Amino acid sequence: MGVGITVEHLNAFYGKTQALFDVNITVLANHATALIGPSGCGKSTFIRCLNRMHETIPEARVEGSVRIGDLSVYNGTSATQLRRRVGMVFQKANPFPTMSIYDNVAAGLKLNGFRNRKKLDEVVHKSLHSSALWDEVKDHLHKKSGASLSGGQQQRLCIARALAVQPEVLLMDEPCSALDPISTGKIEELIFQLKEQYTIVIVTHNMQQAARVAEFTGFFLLGKMIEFDKTEKIFTNPSDKRTEDYVTGRFG
Amino acid sequence: MRTRFQQQMEELREKLLRMGGLAELAVDRACQAYTERDLTRCQLVLENESHINAAEREIDELAFDILATQQPAAVDLRFILAVTKINADLERVGDQAVNIAERVMDMIELPAVELPVDIARLATAASAMVRRALESFVEGKAELAQAVLEMDHVVDRMRDEAFIMLVRKMNEEPQVTQQALDALLVARNLERVADHATNISEDVIFWVLGADVRHHAQAASAAPRPERREQI
Amino acid sequence: MPDTNSNSAAVLVQPIDVPPISLRRRVVDHAMTAIAVLTVALVLLPLFAIFAYLVYKGIGSINLAFLTQTPKPVGEPGGGMANAIVGSMVILGIASLLGVPLGIGAGIFLSEYGRNRYGDIVRFVSDVLNGVPSIVIGIVAYGLVVMRQKHFSALAGGVALAIMMIPTIARTTEQMLLLVPQAIREAAYGLGVSRWRTTLSITLRTATSGVITGVMLAFARVAGETAPLLFTAFGNQFWNWKSDQPTAALSLQIFTYAISPFDEWHKQAWAGALVLIVLIVGAVAAVRIAVRRGTLAGA
Repeated sequence: MGVGITVEHLNAFYGKTQALFDVNITVLANHATALIGPSGCGKSTFIRCLNRMHETIPEARVEGSVRIGDLSVYNGTSATQLRRRVGMVFQKANPFPTMSIYDNVAAGLKLNGFRNRKKLDEVVHKSLHSSALWDEVKDHLHKKSGASLSGGQQQRLCIARALAVQPEVLLMDEPCSALDPISTGKIEELIFQLKEQYTIVIVTHNMQQAARVAEFTGFFLLGKMIEFDKTEKIFTNPSDKRTEDYVTGRFG
Repeated sequence: MRTRFQQQMEELREKLLRMGGLAELAVDRACQAYTERDLTRCQLVLENESHINAAEREIDELAFDILATQQPAAVDLRFILAVTKINADLERVGDQAVNIAERVMDMIELPAVELPVDIARLATAASAMVRRALESFVEGKAELAQAVLEMDHVVDRMRDEAFIMLVRKMNEEPQVTQQALDALLVARNLERVADHATNISEDVIFWVLGADVRHHAQAASAAPRPERREQI
Repeated sequence: MPDTNSNSAAVLVQPIDVPPISLRRRVVDHAMTAIAVLTVALVLLPLFAIFAYLVYKGIGSINLAFLTQTPKPVGEPGGGMANAIVGSMVILGIASLLGVPLGIGAGIFLSEYGRNRYGDIVRFVSDVLNGVPSIVIGIVAYGLVVMRQKHFSALAGGVALAIMMIPTIARTTEQMLLLVPQAIREAAYGLGVSRWRTTLSITLRTATSGVITGVMLAFARVAGETAPLLFTAFGNQFWNWKSDQPTAALSLQIFTYAISPFDEWHKQAWAGALVLIVLIVGAVAAVRIAVRRGTLAGA
């Protein structure tokens, strides 16, 4: 149910500063792909180019082509249309504070005009199950606000919210960096299960996390993609010395 | 960066090299004991065996510690895995040296006879292989390790020849059977030492290149024997 | 010094002797607290004084007649300010209907689309407008509405008050919207929600309580304005339900009665002032309670 992503000659700019240099990647459908690299290497910028969130920053622009499934991201699809097929989970959980848990999960659908109460109930139920949050919140769906949950629960709520619009791709920008090990473990477990239905791209600072959840890993450095290969290869015998230096902790 | 990690890795390397030195020394001593029929040297080998065993334990502990606490990746991970395997092979080399020494001690009690085998030459070859394998580890050079793999065929052939010659001798002159058997067993021990040296070289190649050459080597060798020999 | 000779794990470190806080520091601490409390009292004092005085002067004249009857002609006792009370409510209603949407709209523009030179111009104009004397605004409304319609009306009064409300509402709305973290907007964009929808349904909704505070501030300010109503609503001694006639307003009525030479009217002026204050406080409190009731647990 997920789709592949093809990126060709992607260059990204913030005003005059270039942040990404000629990035070429093919992400396989229904796999998890991790992007690693030191701070400021461009991995977050890259992932935000995939759903055109990069454009929300003034003076930001992009050159090159990105295809998600049969859709050309920069040619002919509106950003809002695109983002309904590509979901995003951010580094710091950002549930809508004034909305209940139910409304948070349903937000993507409701705000796009979907009103059928029964169908919404179903979707909310399914999404909260998919993100392993249902049992913890089923009694408070309408009474508690999204912001009243713990950090790990909030992040799972954001995942449920993203899943509710039934995207084909799920982008995760360091989803666990603000969480404790147990919440992190739950979310990693989730990613493992979600892979069957979605294509997942995850940016992470934590190399062991990349090694645990992703089949493929890409190493970014200073805006360039240095190496992209199967995760085991990157972590047991990378081809590029820079990758090896990063992965063994010689820098970064 | 990661000073403590680097220090631990360096410590691991030095410990392994020291153990390698002990194992090499044991083999050399045992071989000299054979050629010179020297009881003292045999006893030295037997005494120093405990040092080799202690070193094996230390190295395994340190490697285990580093794995658990430092999450090494890529080349560092391969290094540690290689070290633990080389560790085991060096300990077995030590054991083989002990076997040779014990055989020599038996042999000394019997009258010396002329045997149509050049055990000394076999010993030199096996010992050289161990030394070269350890050198390849020190230098981190796969080519040196590869050279050791090629020498293994030579040693195998030398052992086979020794067997044939000794069996013939035993048939022709049954009264020297005991001495011949002793020589035969020493030849086998030496060939085992050479096999361990080969294993060590394969581990070095794994560490340096990330390539598992164990089956390639088997494909290259004409001998139907398995590459990795277990000590019986 | 730690006890280095002991092997017991229980004795880790000997307690350190912390010197007590010096007398001078304690005195200064207490003095500062006292000054702070005093300042608050000084600020609140006039407020309570005014209220107390109003109650004292006005409570005697508040009775059912006051609240239900129109003013009686000069000389006759009794009468009330019913029409003025209703008139004020009508005028304020019109002002809110005009001023609140425009003010919030301007605030949304400034915060979401106005982080540039155009926004700066609008902000500048808004600040200037805020400082214009209320009587001048009344004259402007006179020119805009009264002269066109050729009569005074509640509408004109509402327009004048709306013009006064807009800058305050716009600026506070802008500030409250800016306080909404960018992460919330991004979450909505990430779901494929369009920008305008995000602004209205997410950003504005998150800032609701702050925006309402701003609206209430503006409301409370204009509720008591007199000068702008002088040439617009003009005041009326009788009930007026027509939109093309002058309308009574509490502030106007209080003004008229206060500057009159009649004692009876003075008393009614006090009563009117008291009623006005109560109405304003009541309105603000009611809105606050309504907002709190509509808010979720933990939000």
